[in-house]
Parts: sequence; structure tokens; C-alpha cells
Amino acid sequence: MNLSLLILLPLLSAVAIIPFKGARSARIISLISSSSQLVLAFALLYFYLNERSAGNTANMLFEDNYTWYAPLHINYHVGVDGISIAMILLTAFVVLAGVLISWNVEKLGKEFFFLLLFLSVGAYGFFISLDLFTLFFFLEVAVIPKFLLIGIWGSGKKQYSAMKLALMLMTGSAFVFVGLIGLYLNTNTGNGQHTFDILQIAQMNIPLSVQKFFFPFAFVGFGVFGALFPFHTWVPDGHSSAPTAASMFLAGISMKLGGYGCLRVATFLMPDAAHQYSWIIIVLASIAILYGAFATMMQTDLKYINAYSSVSHCGFVLLGIGILTKTAITGAVMQMVSHGLMTALFFAGIGMIYDRTHTRQLSQLGGLLKIMPFISTVFVIAGLCSLGLPGFSGFVAEVTVFMGGWSRADNFYRIATIVACASIVVTAVYILRAVGKAIMGPLNVGEGDSSLLRRAAGGGVDAKWNEKWAAALLIIGIVAIGIAPFWLNDLVTPATETIMNKISAIVK
Amino acid sequence: MGRPEARMLNDFLYLMNAELLVTLIIFILLFLKLSNEEWKNEGLLNFINFLLLINLAAGFFYIPNGNLFGDMFHTSELVTFEKNLLNLGTLIISLQSYDWLKTHKHVAEFYILLLSTLLGMFFMISANNLLMFYLGLELSTIPLAALSNFDLEKRRSSEAAFKFIISSAFSSGLLLFGISMLYGATGTLNFMGIKAHLNGNSFQVFSFILLLAGFGFKISAVPFHLWTADVYEGSPVAVTSYLSVISKGAVLFVMISIFYNVFTPIADSWYNMIFLISVATMIIGNLFALRQQNMKRFLAFSSIAQIGFILVGLSAQSTAGSSSVIFFILIYIFSNLGAFGVISLVSAVKGKENMDDYRGFYKTNPVLSWVLAISLFSLAGIPPMAGFFGKFFLLFAGAGKGNYSLIIIAALNMVVSLYYYLKVIKIMFMDANEHPLEKIKTHWQPKIAMALCVGGILVTGIASGAYNYIHSLLK
Repeated sequence: MNLSLLILLPLLSAVAIIPFKGARSARIISLISSSSQLVLAFALLYFYLNERSAGNTANMLFEDNYTWYAPLHINYHVGVDGISIAMILLTAFVVLAGVLISWNVEKLGKEFFFLLLFLSVGAYGFFISLDLFTLFFFLEVAVIPKFLLIGIWGSGKKQYSAMKLALMLMTGSAFVFVGLIGLYLNTNTGNGQHTFDILQIAQMNIPLSVQKFFFPFAFVGFGVFGALFPFHTWVPDGHSSAPTAASMFLAGISMKLGGYGCLRVATFLMPDAAHQYSWIIIVLASIAILYGAFATMMQTDLKYINAYSSVSHCGFVLLGIGILTKTAITGAVMQMVSHGLMTALFFAGIGMIYDRTHTRQLSQLGGLLKIMPFISTVFVIAGLCSLGLPGFSGFVAEVTVFMGGWSRADNFYRIATIVACASIVVTAVYILRAVGKAIMGPLNVGEGDSSLLRRAAGGGVDAKWNEKWAAALLIIGIVAIGIAPFWLNDLVTPATETIMNKISAIVK
Repeated sequence: MGRPEARMLNDFLYLMNAELLVTLIIFILLFLKLSNEEWKNEGLLNFINFLLLINLAAGFFYIPNGNLFGDMFHTSELVTFEKNLLNLGTLIISLQSYDWLKTHKHVAEFYILLLSTLLGMFFMISANNLLMFYLGLELSTIPLAALSNFDLEKRRSSEAAFKFIISSAFSSGLLLFGISMLYGATGTLNFMGIKAHLNGNSFQVFSFILLLAGFGFKISAVPFHLWTADVYEGSPVAVTSYLSVISKGAVLFVMISIFYNVFTPIADSWYNMIFLISVATMIIGNLFALRQQNMKRFLAFSSIAQIGFILVGLSAQSTAGSSSVIFFILIYIFSNLGAFGVISLVSAVKGKENMDDYRGFYKTNPVLSWVLAISLFSLAGIPPMAGFFGKFFLLFAGAGKGNYSLIIIAALNMVVSLYYYLKVIKIMFMDANEHPLEKIKTHWQPKIAMALCVGGILVTGIASGAYNYIHSLLK
């Protein structure tokens, strides 16, 4: 299967939007494009599993390698393993849900869908890249659409948040850039030539001093994207100011770029340094998990609640990577997928509520189950998944990380695991409080929005078809992982084994 | 091959074809001006742009290679390519200035002066001797002062011209001082002769510092940048864009060839100087750009910061370094001229040059806003625009030296520069405004210029052909 289709499809459909006038054709094109992306992602999964069951044990499948800048040894090199496929599936789900949920965007609709599709080009490209330059290229491609999406269509202090997000992410990518250049210049493919190729670099032995110097750059750089404490401050502002679809993309996909980068670039290519620094990563991740959870308790705005809880949940990803066992890393990948789906669903639910009540303040909401049962159910499911209820994906992922952490017979790792476990209690507190306040209880829809109540009496305020489909899609994903986690586990494990083979040589 | 004189003449015609063509156009314009025939501005502009197009196209047909005048003048595929770049930039600027020039009283004079400076740059690039270089430099500088004064009714314009002529006279003085000291130290003005006599003693290094100061003025590197903002603000936009792209580009071409081919024996000394100047230029250019309210001043300081990045590439002392600098200039032509194209149009049609005037610009002029946005993204180095590749390769080449501190400083400076580029985007796309500038109607010629710029920005990076070609020329 030709992986470049994953980039070309959204790119061409984004270009196809340009000549049309108005939002209508734009959203139809986007819907067609994003559903084809989902089909493509499933086709990829199918072919991938076929190849694997046919006994193909290559590290990466469906590789394509073209020379791009020959004098600088830059190639367009793509390929996928289980981790990439999981991320691609996640992206396809979230993109389709995001397009559906934004069906009624009227203001500058054409530009909106153009940017959404363009953003997905960056995400797909990032997940399939096997060349550090291409990877970095796509990482940065995904930043500016976010800036525009938040700044133009956002709410609240949107300009501030957009600028903050863009600058923080670009600082992150500046760090990544330094890390990548450092790696590149210390590779040697014979007679002093360098390479950007991830698979080739993985075969080399980069000197420990080099790794120790450049690992922090790469890890912190990607960590900014993945909400590594203390570089997470763009998350709450960015998420809460963004329009619904952009929040879904941000939390569902963009933050995963960081986690994936930490794993694929920083840890995989510089395993010695990852081992040496792992205690710092674990400490920072544990702080993020606890701090994020406690900070969420103090929030009264629904979007801020989910944004801070994302900081906490993404902490599990970094914790899993920091623990450096096979189970923990598998758990980290599963947490990325799970959190991506769950948080997208959560933001979708919040967006739907906000569209109707025009408030996100907990104090102004109550009893929504009475007038919008579907939306309320979505909200509750997202909440339960977030607090790690068995049967949903969050439970599976978090437990895998904990198991991975506990399996290291060392008090330090076990304490970190206990701390992380403890955060679940806090999570339960804020989730149940939000659900109890907004969904249950006496009806309250903010200040004097009488037209809403009148329409509610006619039963016309619940989710529309597009919103139902978007929510259903994400719920299917969550439940599929929650009930049958083994398929995701089996998909990811061979890839994490490859990464661990490199590391366990050092750990032991 | 016949008699020696005939061969001389043939060589002369072949090797100097670019210079002769520009001279020919200057003469045509001169005769047009002298004849009694009154030309309408529109017709004249169409005619001139047609000539410039031929001039550009001719550069690609025959690529000469050789020396003239006892090794004073040399040309090669690389030199021709650099001249073509300058031709391209001049054509784009000329197309963009259509709306400004069509009501101007002195169109022919404008182009005579403009092309004289272009001719000077050609000689400068082709120079193989310090005297020849100096001749070209002066020919390219003095008419520019007159051009800065071309908004004839505006006092600021004459002020700009005055500042420009004084500062360039000063820098020429430094340069001449450096040249004469170098002559004293080496006994020759020929580049290869100088190289043979360089041994790195302090007298030679001092004369090099003077030369560097002269160059620094021309490319407005810190601490020789103080003239830039005032001159850019006062001059007509066409001249500002010419100053910021073409004239800097030409000097950078010369710097590359001289630094990489002549001053190699004292490479270590000049590396340190370029390192310091580069860091200072990036930081100060960025800091001042943050606070600008006038679009032209803003681009002036941002172009100072860009020079800082270019110097990072120049410091690399490798083929990757020189090719990345030339590649970046190509991209810089597209990006900066794309931005200046919009600004020049708004300035010519509406007379507005402040950032605040651009509030809500996207509502009324979506296409122009996207052109400006794409150009600014490219300047900021954001993919998939070409500027990303340009900057990446510059830093990349600079890192090849193993000095990571320079790269870390440069990478962080890119973030700072992003802030002010995004600020303009924010003003255009996000700020609400009751009375945004009305829709601007324009002639097809500026439109073509903008399309060229945007096309160049989108294609030059993604398609690796341009870089590979430049790299092959430098091998």
C-alpha cells in the first residue's frame, strides 16, 4: 500500500476546496475526504495485519524512500509499524468526528475546513515519517493551522491563547530542531557522510556524551507538544479558546505528536541517554499527573476542566515512556490512542452543550439530561472513560502503564506508580462533580436563555445527525479498545519490542 | 579563430552579454526620453517590463564562462545564475511598482537609474579585482540615493536619500581604506594574488576588518545597521524593496565569493567576526522589529534579522554554507518581494503604511491577505513555505562547523521573529475593524508579480531542484 496517499488525500482535498465558494461545498468535500481517510486507515490496518500474519517481520512495512535533497542526504522516507498505525487510526477517527461536529460552522467556512484538512496533512505526515527532516517538516506544518483556527474561530481571549500556543509550540520545535541537527551531525554512514534516516540512526552507536547533550533538546522539544510539566501552560489556554473541532484536534492529535516524537525520536534513537535521564522524566510526569488532576479540581469552566485533565492524562504517556519497560511503553501508546479518542469525545460533548446554552460555567449549568439526553450521555461516557472505568479505553491504558511501572523492582518506580494511581481518585472527584452538577440535578441553562427552554419543550435541542455520528464514532473507538484491548495490544507490542530491544541491552 | 582582435570582440560580446543587454536597455530609455515623442506612462511601463522580461529570459540562453580585461572581469555559470536572480528580482519589483509609477512624472529616469544600479551589481559580482569590485559597488550605490528621493514631493524621501548617501559614502570610505591597506600588505589588487600573499598577520586582519565593515554597511549588519530603518521608511516602496532584496543580495554574492575564495588563509579570524556579527544582528534586528508600527520599518528590521540568519550560513565555510546562502537569497527574493508587493499596492492605492491600517484586511481583501500571509510565513520559516527550507539549510550548514551555541541562539531567534510575523497575521485575520481598507483593484502586472512570488515560495522548497542546481554549481 502506498503510504503517501495518507498525505495526498487530505492535501488534495484541501486544495480542491479553494476554488469553491461558500461553506457548503467545503464541508461536503471535507466529509468525503475525511471518511475516505478513515477507510484508508482501516485498509492500511488490514494490509498491515495481512503482511504480519504472512510472516513479514520487517521493522517497518510499506516503506517508500525517495531522495529529496541529495547533497544534504535528506530523503522522503515513510513507513509504518504498529505504533504508527495506531496513531493513524486515531487521527482518522478524530478528523472525521471533527469535520462532522463542525458541520454548521458558517463564519468563513471554506477557510475553516481548509485549515482542518491541512492540519491533518501534518499529523499523518508526522506519523509515517522515517526521516528526521520530513518528520520535523510535518511537525511544523501542523502548528500554524492551529494558530489560525484558534485565533479566528475561537472564543474568549482567543488571540492571546493562539499566540501563546504558537510561540510555545514553535519554541518546542526549535528545541527539537537543535536535537535533530545534533543527531544528524554525529551520524556516520561511512566516509564522513551523515544521515537523517531514523532506521539507519537506530543501527548506529551514537556516543553517550552526544546523546546526553542532545536528548534533553529532543525530549523537551517534543515534550512541549505533549504537555510535559512545566511546559504545559499552552494546553489550558489553547484548548479552552479553540473552537470545538480545533480542541478535538489539539488534544486528540497534536498532543500525540509530542508523545510519539518522545518515543520514536528521543527514546528510540538515544536509548542510553533515555536510560540515564529516565528518573527526571518520571519525576516530571508524576508531577504533571498529580498537578494536572488537582488543578482540574479548581476549574469551573468545562473546557478548562478537560484541558487540565489532559495535562494529567498525557502525563501517563510520558510516565510510560520514562519507565522504559515493554509493558509501560505499550501502555503509553495505548494511553495516547485512548486519550485521543476520549478527550475528543469530551470536547465534542462540551462543544455541543456550549452551542446550545452559550455557557461553559459549571455554576450556570444543571440537569441537562432532561432536555438533551443524547448529549448528556456522551458527556457521561467521556467522563467515565476519563476516570478509568473498566470497559472503556482509559482503564486499559492506565492499568497497562501501572503494570509496566510496578514490574520494575525498584522503589523509585513503584512510588511513582503509586503516585500516578492516586491521581485516579482525584480524577473521579472532578469528573463526578462535573457530571453531577451539569447533567443531573435541577435544570439550569444559564441566564435567561428562554428560547432554549421553549425549544426544549418541543424536544428540538438534542444532538443533530452530524453530532450523533461524530459522537458514535468516537464511542465505538473507546469501547472497542475497552472491551477488546488485545487487538490494540497485539498491534503495538511488536513495535515496542523493537524499541525495547535497543534499550534492554542497556538496562540490564 | 581568426585575428586576435576579432576574438577579443567576440569574447567581449559573449562574456559580457548580461551587462551589454542592460546597457542597451538603458540607452533605449535614454533615447526615448530625448526624443520629442510623448509616451503615455502605461505604454512606457508595458514596454519597459517587456524589455526586462527579455533581459531575464536572455540570461538563461547563453551561459558564458571566462575572463576579460586581463583577469579583471570573470564570469561563470554561477555568476550568470546570480545575475539571473537579480534580473528576476528587478522584474518582479518593476511589475509591482506599476500602480505607483503610472502617475509618476519621471518613469524613464526611474528605470535609467534603477538599471544603472543593476549594471553596477553585475560588475561587482563579476569582479576579479578589488578595483573592478569597487567600481561596480559605487555604480550600484550612488544611483540608489537618487532613487530613494523619488517620491519627489515628500520631505521624508529626500531625508532618506540624504541619510543613504552619507552612510554609504562613509562605508565606501572604510572599504577604500581597507582596500588600500590590503594593497599595501599584499602588493596586488587581483583576488588570486591577494590570496597568495595572505599570511594572517595583524595588519592584514585589520585591513580585512575594514573591508568587513564596508560590507556590513551595505547589508546592514549590526552594528552598521543604523541607517536602514529611516531610509527604508522614507524611500518609495519600490526602492525599499530593491534596497532590501536586490542590493543586499548582490553584496552577499560578492561576500561569498571573496570570503570563500580569497580570504581562506585567514578563515579562522573571519569566522569569529562573522559569528559575533551574526548573533548581534539576529538579536538586535529581532528586538527592534518587535515594536515597529510602520510596515516598512517593520520589514526593515525583520530584514536585518534575516541577514543575521544568512551570516550563520556564511560562517559555515563549506559548500553547504555557500549553497545555502545563495538558495536563501533566491527564496528571500520571493518572500520579501511578496510582502513588499502587497505593501506597495496598499501604499500606492490607499496611501496607508501603518500596521493599524491593516486591521480586518482579510474581510475586504482576502487574496492580498493570503499573499502577505504566505510571504510572512515564508520569512518566518514555516513549512511548507520555501523559507523553512532556506532557514533550515542555513542553520544546518552553520552547525556543520560544530559550534552548537550559534545554532541554539539562531533557533531561539526564529521563535522571536515568529512573534512579530504572526502579529501582522493576527492584525489582518483576527482583529475586528468597522472600517477596514476597501477592496483594492489592481492592474494585471502587479498580480503577475504576486503570483510569481507565491508560486516561488510554494515550489522552491518542496521541489529540491533549485538547491541541487546551486549546489552543483559550487562543487
